Amino acid sequence: MMLVFGLFFLLPLVLVVIVSAWDYNEYEMLPGFSFRGYTDTFEGCLSDWPNICTIFKTYLKTLKLCFITWVLTLGIGFTLAYFLAFHVRSITWQITLSLICTIPFWTSNVIRMIAWIPLLGRNGVVNQGLMSIGAIHEPLEWLLFSEFAVILAFVHLFTFFMVVPIFNSMIRIDRSLIEAATDAGASSWQTLINVIIPLAKPGIVIGSIFVITIVMGDFVTIGVMGGQQIASAGKIIETRLNALQFPAAAANAVILLGATIMIIMGLSRLVDIRKEL
Amino acid sequence: MTDASKTKKGLNRRGLLKGAAGSLGLAAGSGVITGFPYVISAEPKVLRYLGTAVNEGDDIAKKCFADTGIKLEYITATTDDVTKRVVTQPNSFDVLDTEYFSLKKLVPSGNIQGLSAKKIKEFNNITPVFTKGQLPNGKKIGDQGTAPWKVLYLEGAGSKVFSKTATDFVTLIPTVYNADTLGIRPDLIKRPINSWAELLNPEFKGKASILNIPSIGIMDAAMVVEATGQHKYADKGNMTKAEIDLTMKILTEAKKAGQFRAFWKDFNESVNLMASGETVIQSMWSPAVTKVRSQGIACTFQPLKEGYRSWASGFCVSKGVTGQKLDWAYEFVNWFLSGWAGAYLNRQGYYSAVLSTAKANMAADEWAYWMEGKPAIKDIKAPDGSLLEKAGAVRDGGSYDDRMGNVACWNAVMDENDYMVRKWNEFIAA
Repeated sequence: MMLVFGLFFLLPLVLVVIVSAWDYNEYEMLPGFSFRGYTDTFEGCLSDWPNICTIFKTYLKTLKLCFITWVLTLGIGFTLAYFLAFHVRSITWQITLSLICTIPFWTSNVIRMIAWIPLLGRNGVVNQGLMSIGAIHEPLEWLLFSEFAVILAFVHLFTFFMVVPIFNSMIRIDRSLIEAATDAGASSWQTLINVIIPLAKPGIVIGSIFVITIVMGDFVTIGVMGGQQIASAGKIIETRLNALQFPAAAANAVILLGATIMIIMGLSRLVDIRKEL
Repeated sequence: MTDASKTKKGLNRRGLLKGAAGSLGLAAGSGVITGFPYVISAEPKVLRYLGTAVNEGDDIAKKCFADTGIKLEYITATTDDVTKRVVTQPNSFDVLDTEYFSLKKLVPSGNIQGLSAKKIKEFNNITPVFTKGQLPNGKKIGDQGTAPWKVLYLEGAGSKVFSKTATDFVTLIPTVYNADTLGIRPDLIKRPINSWAELLNPEFKGKASILNIPSIGIMDAAMVVEATGQHKYADKGNMTKAEIDLTMKILTEAKKAGQFRAFWKDFNESVNLMASGETVIQSMWSPAVTKVRSQGIACTFQPLKEGYRSWASGFCVSKGVTGQKLDWAYEFVNWFLSGWAGAYLNRQGYYSAVLSTAKANMAADEWAYWMEGKPAIKDIKAPDGSLLEKAGAVRDGGSYDDRMGNVACWNAVMDENDYMVRKWNEFIAA
């Protein structure tokens, strides 16, 4: 167990950190200590102040997308999980409905992305529909290749990662607690706020960790839905890799890892996951 | 095959048991260890072929097998991933099909070996576009960027330095090339387009696109900058830092103003953008234009007065390829240049490196349409037999001489590539 963990997780991670402090040229990595990967990344952060440098701008954008996606997936995911856990009585139906949530994952990423064009495109179904009922006269351009499109795709894909852990927490809530709350005169809103949400907290935190880590590192969805014009931490790494600048890519990966770990640490302060599991 | 090898091994074992002569024992021993059949000539001729999808047609593999007995195992990747694979896993392929501009990264890595010109039958018939930078009729063509003749020869076998003069050691044996320009939707633009400047014309706000490969995207932008008279580059394919800054600034302004609908990276993405009307003007590849047209949608590979941005690709082998495998590689490259494959590529709108052999494999009217810019006498069919153009159609851009003769620059990797990549990330974040 430890061997697998060490071989396939720790060792590659250590290698990435080591490589991030190497130098490079057009076609190879040069073993030898150099912080060039890092200094290049933060280029202009001091000299251009108060203008925001590339890397901060990129991270602000990534964090913004991440936050909006998190709020939406949490809202939708929690509602769905609540419905599954408390309104759907039979286990068969609970399983069937949760399986339906996996439909977005049935096709490959690329096909899924291309499929958005006929729907959201300039001449797509949505624009045609809105124009035919007279709601708009010009096609809406911001439906596709925009932040809206990126967030839509994220929510579409990743709500599932919220639903499953929250649902899992909810079905383990002792129903007599809810009965007791009702007996004690709590409204259903009060029950939700004071009983269900605190008890579903581990699920919420685990779901949040899933969504945040995926969105922080994403470059495929942002690339395709954003028309390759929206910056993300993952995309910087991709561009560097494609130019064979592995140490610079590794440096960016280490920075991204650090940023994500900080967010996760913040979240795990809210709840002791290990205890709850 | 399997039966034969079993019998041979059985015989060998028996031979060993009988304590036969030492030499026989050795031969048998080696046969058993490698697991190959006793008769070496019976070994299947397989070449692992790494490249982008451009040349990797099933038809080519089938015809090659029928003619030479060489089985091609295609490994398909994007341009960037092909380069990455050569640098990091040189033993994972035998034959490499790549573009000349990648050589600036590949040759210094030492992971590829050039082929010997002497062993290529048609080498002296290769179009002078590659060897001298001129058309068969002697007209000089644009040499900005990583033009093939700048990186065609090595100083010696296994050398990591390009030779300025012709030697026997060739980096890439040329196979296919083309002159790229902007694709447009004439039905949606409804007026003539004749300059690269139109790519950043605010008239097409939100309806333009460029290629999402930084080193190529920036050259398209440079064509626009020159067309609008904002700057004249000494070499668009090798900009100074100041020139990169200037070009990126103009690109950034266009991006902030919402000029670009999306950047594309994949052949099919470019087809979808154009066919769905998301874009009406974008940099494009010739077969992608053909594909849009085959869907019944008007699309033109528009010749522009500033000229074309050209690219070229060819074959070399991995450094690990020796002995018999190397012979097969030569056999395969010689087959590729012998005409059938060249005609196949010409019919897709590309150009083949050896024109004479391709011509011999094409019908006279096909040759006239694709290469001489004449109106088609009969319907023009794609290699798969589907209808491409009706009789009377003329190829966009006209003849080979008109198109290749107007090449302004070649796909390139700049000396300041590292700086450019950083600026590209800045551009995306802007």
